[in-house]
Amino acid sequence: MSAPSGITRVTLLKDLRLEWRSKDAINSMLFFSLLVVVVFSFSFDPSAEESRQIAGGLIWVAFLFAAVVALNQTWAREIRNQVLDAYRVSPAPANSLFAAKVLGNFIFVTVLEALMTPLFVVFYRLRALGPVWQLLLVAGLGTWALVVNGTFFAAMSLRTRSREIMLPLLLFPISIPALLAMVQATTAILNGEGARFWIVLLATYDLVFTTVCLLLFETVLSAE
Amino acid sequence: MKKLFPIFGALTAILLVYALCMALVPGRMSIFGIPLGEGAPTEQTMGDVQRIFYYHVPSAWTAFLLFFINFGASIYYLATRKSAADIVALVCAEVGVVFCTVVLITGPIWARPVWGIWWTWDMRLTSTLVLWLIYVSYLFLRRFSAGGQTPLLAAALAVLGALCVPFVYFSIWFFRTQHPQPVMGGGGSIDPRMMHALLINWLAFSCFAFLVCWSRYRLEKLQRDVDEAHALESLLDPRGSTR
Amino acid sequence: MKNGYLFAAYAVTWIIHIAYLGTIVTRYSRLKQEIGALKKTGVRS
Repeated sequence: MSAPSGITRVTLLKDLRLEWRSKDAINSMLFFSLLVVVVFSFSFDPSAEESRQIAGGLIWVAFLFAAVVALNQTWAREIRNQVLDAYRVSPAPANSLFAAKVLGNFIFVTVLEALMTPLFVVFYRLRALGPVWQLLLVAGLGTWALVVNGTFFAAMSLRTRSREIMLPLLLFPISIPALLAMVQATTAILNGEGARFWIVLLATYDLVFTTVCLLLFETVLSAE
Repeated sequence: MKKLFPIFGALTAILLVYALCMALVPGRMSIFGIPLGEGAPTEQTMGDVQRIFYYHVPSAWTAFLLFFINFGASIYYLATRKSAADIVALVCAEVGVVFCTVVLITGPIWARPVWGIWWTWDMRLTSTLVLWLIYVSYLFLRRFSAGGQTPLLAAALAVLGALCVPFVYFSIWFFRTQHPQPVMGGGGSIDPRMMHALLINWLAFSCFAFLVCWSRYRLEKLQRDVDEAHALESLLDPRGSTR
Repeated sequence: MKNGYLFAAYAVTWIIHIAYLGTIVTRYSRLKQEIGALKKTGVRS
């Protein structure tokens, strides 16, 4: 049987290929993201000076909603085709499947963010006073934090009633430190202030939670 | 074991009453000439309202202790799959949430007369709120997941939640030092009589928490025995009719 | 009238605790009844 990284690569490529062919999820999520940005623009007047202060927070709330919508359908395809049962029976390590799902979701949500950000910049007339590479770093670390926990909780939610509501219910409280860090870092960088503490916090958070989720995924997958 | 329950209950009740006196009544106390110690003095700036402190802070400490036990029990369950550990985890989370709720309600009741606002995003209240949210989500998972898998899923969530706690504290601490807010619980050195009242109340509430957990444990064991009996019943006689 | 807040805080604490204990006691007595009913129908438990 192929090495774990081989399984990860194969599963990831399969997911990406399926998504590219159908474009189901990406289209609906794109439109959803656009709607979120527009609704935010009506709720928080972009021309007001205060809105530019809170733009960092608004962006991340919008990304969070988009991520939840994406995460909810993470395992849908696997459920439909009984892939998870097959995986449980096979000797392949569960981690590989988890890694593939997380990477796939990460790419997915990053694409969404890349498409939503110009809209935000235009609607809110944003200018970054700090270095843009730091913004990208924060976006990357933040998205990873949401996606790694989200994929794990999505797998957990499969075994619950009210699957779609359980995911945000479990994800949001645990993501609060990461969300605080993302928002504070983004706002700080946009205003030209230092964000080192938040970036280090995010990186540590990502490290800890990725490790623990990888360790516990096997347990969650085979919980019977 | 069961006989100890009423004895321990009586002792705890006495301790709670004593702790209440320590918290509310300043000055020396004695019964029939036997000295009982000195109650907490009235605080200078806040006055008598500050005495909420003697219920607010011990409740928080008790909640933290219970959540910590939940973490330990969850890890033990993941390692050994003993159902007693699972019940301990559930019980500690539930009772911990109850104590945490007390903290979140007494906090605003204290803040309102002192600062004129019901809520402040200070470090202690904010972190307690996030802690409460994490463990309430744990209880939701327990309720919404299907029978056999609940212990495992809950244990995994408990581990993640507990690991999150240091991050919660660090992030909110830094957030608050950037945007200072009124600090609850008072800083600086504390009058030893106040410390005495505080610790006595913590001891009393910890004993009370132990009793509540014990009761909840017995309830859960009984619930599981009943569920098992029902399951057995339907196995032995699936059509529900007698032969 | 600040002491009204002090009283409210202490009262709320005990109301919450007693309410929770109340739910435990209620469920316990209901379960005891159920166990009694199960024993009557002769199920080995």
